[in-house]
Amino acid sequence: MKVTGIKDNIKLRINKDRIFLSLVVLFSVITVSPIVLIIFKLIEKGYKQLSFSFLIEKTPDTLQAMSAISAHEVIPGGIANGILGTFLMVALAGVIAIPVGIISGVYLYENQGKLMANLVRNVSDILQGVPSIVLGLISYMWVVKHITHGFSALSGSVALSIMMLPMIVRSTEETLKMIPQTLKEAGLALGIPYWRVLFGILIPTGFSGLMTGILLAVSRVIGETAPLMLTALGSTVINTNISKPTSAIPLLIWEFYNDPNMVDLIWSSSLLLMIIVLTFNLVSKQVAAQRK
Amino acid sequence: MNSDKITKIVLFSVSFIILIVAGGMVFSLVGGAIPAFKTFGLGFITSTQWDPTDGHEVYGAMPFIAGTLITSFAALIISFPLSFATSLFLGEYYRNTFVAKILGTMVDLLAGIPSIVYGLWGFYVLRPFLIDIGFENQGFGVFTASLVLAIMIIPYATSLSNEIISMVPNDLKEAAYSLGATRYEVIMHVTVPAARSGIFAGYILAFGRALGETMAVTMLIGNSIKMPNGLFSTGNSMASVIANQFGEADGLKLSALISIGLLLFVITGIVNWIGKLIIKKMS
Repeated sequence: MKVTGIKDNIKLRINKDRIFLSLVVLFSVITVSPIVLIIFKLIEKGYKQLSFSFLIEKTPDTLQAMSAISAHEVIPGGIANGILGTFLMVALAGVIAIPVGIISGVYLYENQGKLMANLVRNVSDILQGVPSIVLGLISYMWVVKHITHGFSALSGSVALSIMMLPMIVRSTEETLKMIPQTLKEAGLALGIPYWRVLFGILIPTGFSGLMTGILLAVSRVIGETAPLMLTALGSTVINTNISKPTSAIPLLIWEFYNDPNMVDLIWSSSLLLMIIVLTFNLVSKQVAAQRK
Repeated sequence: MNSDKITKIVLFSVSFIILIVAGGMVFSLVGGAIPAFKTFGLGFITSTQWDPTDGHEVYGAMPFIAGTLITSFAALIISFPLSFATSLFLGEYYRNTFVAKILGTMVDLLAGIPSIVYGLWGFYVLRPFLIDIGFENQGFGVFTASLVLAIMIIPYATSLSNEIISMVPNDLKEAAYSLGATRYEVIMHVTVPAARSGIFAGYILAFGRALGETMAVTMLIGNSIKMPNGLFSTGNSMASVIANQFGEADGLKLSALISIGLLLFVITGIVNWIGKLIIKKMS
């Protein structure tokens, strides 16, 4: 009697084990299913609109869109103002954040365990956790109010650069930590000046690591909408003046979403945004993989 | 002065920019929040009134604080089984296999999807679906926002706990196997207890992410200015009220929005700090 009892118990335990494994697999599949569903949805609804003219023409006004819809035509125009605005603002944000981020990362690496470096590292970690909308508020108070006296591309870039900065600091320090100390010592032993050891030996050696961090940071900020709503505002014309309101792809998506006549354009714009973001994402993974 | 010294000074002063930015941020937020706190006192935090009508303006942050906390908690609870299963899939069952590599990449890509695209998908796909299956009759509100938020924070919870789970020493697990334990028993009695604090820290950091999310929440929560009275009620979160009301704001209203920004900054700061503290204790 007792023996069969144990047998039953084993069966129960094995069944439990199997059920648990199937639950793990099921839930994991559910977890990643949104990425597939979202991409398919965007392609399904957005590919028709996506054409060459979509990339080089500026956004149509509501009336144009309305008449095209009533005539059952594809809405004319494109999102060139958003594409250019996004690249302008992200490039400017990179120009601000990349040098500061890399030099600070080098500083943290060179001063391991020191009080000041720990403070900078902790503060940088805090910055990383600040919600992007709060960065928008900050840039509004600093740049919109006091520097450009109006909504501007520069204020958008400042918000994005504060977002990028901690990611670049972190990835620079982590990358440098993996470079063998001997390399630096060899450089110093040859009498090479300190700054050339840092920027002529350490940085080039860790280049692909730094690149991964930068690309990842860029891919994060390209899709940001909230901070730009408070800073760059948006614009219907193509603008290259950094002290003027500027559009961006996510800002345009938000405008289209709120305008019943333009709502068809959200899919193609989102598809384009996703293609850009995922490309940066996958390229950064590729660079990281090559390193190993 | 020699070049080494100059290099050191340059490194130091550039890093100092980070401290200036952070310090300036706190300074500006507090400065901007002063008018609102001067007018309403600490009652600004606890009041549930929000009336921008000229002449008798009243602002209180409680509906938004409640909205933020409720959506983020609900998102955390919804995401728990999903990200726990995924981290076991990646860190234990299929560790270092091709399937895990693909699944891991997909989870990382989830983190890359812009918030506004999540919002669109939630609005045009998830919301009609919830109405169709009779789960919700309006499709808007705290629950829909939490559902999308849950998907958005999964990568953050998963990446840390997956790493910690895969670091649990093999001899611990093998000892349990040799005693006749099944894999499920090993996971529940050995792996999870050993990785407990790391898993917990991952969820706290994910929670911190959820608190500050703006666009997806704005598009799904309904943006009604009232205390949410349940999971299926509409509401508003701190981040989304800033995004929504900022356009026409100046004077006292702008100060009220900046105050909400300050509160959000403080809350996320505390949550992230707790998460970091747990991680530090582990290593």
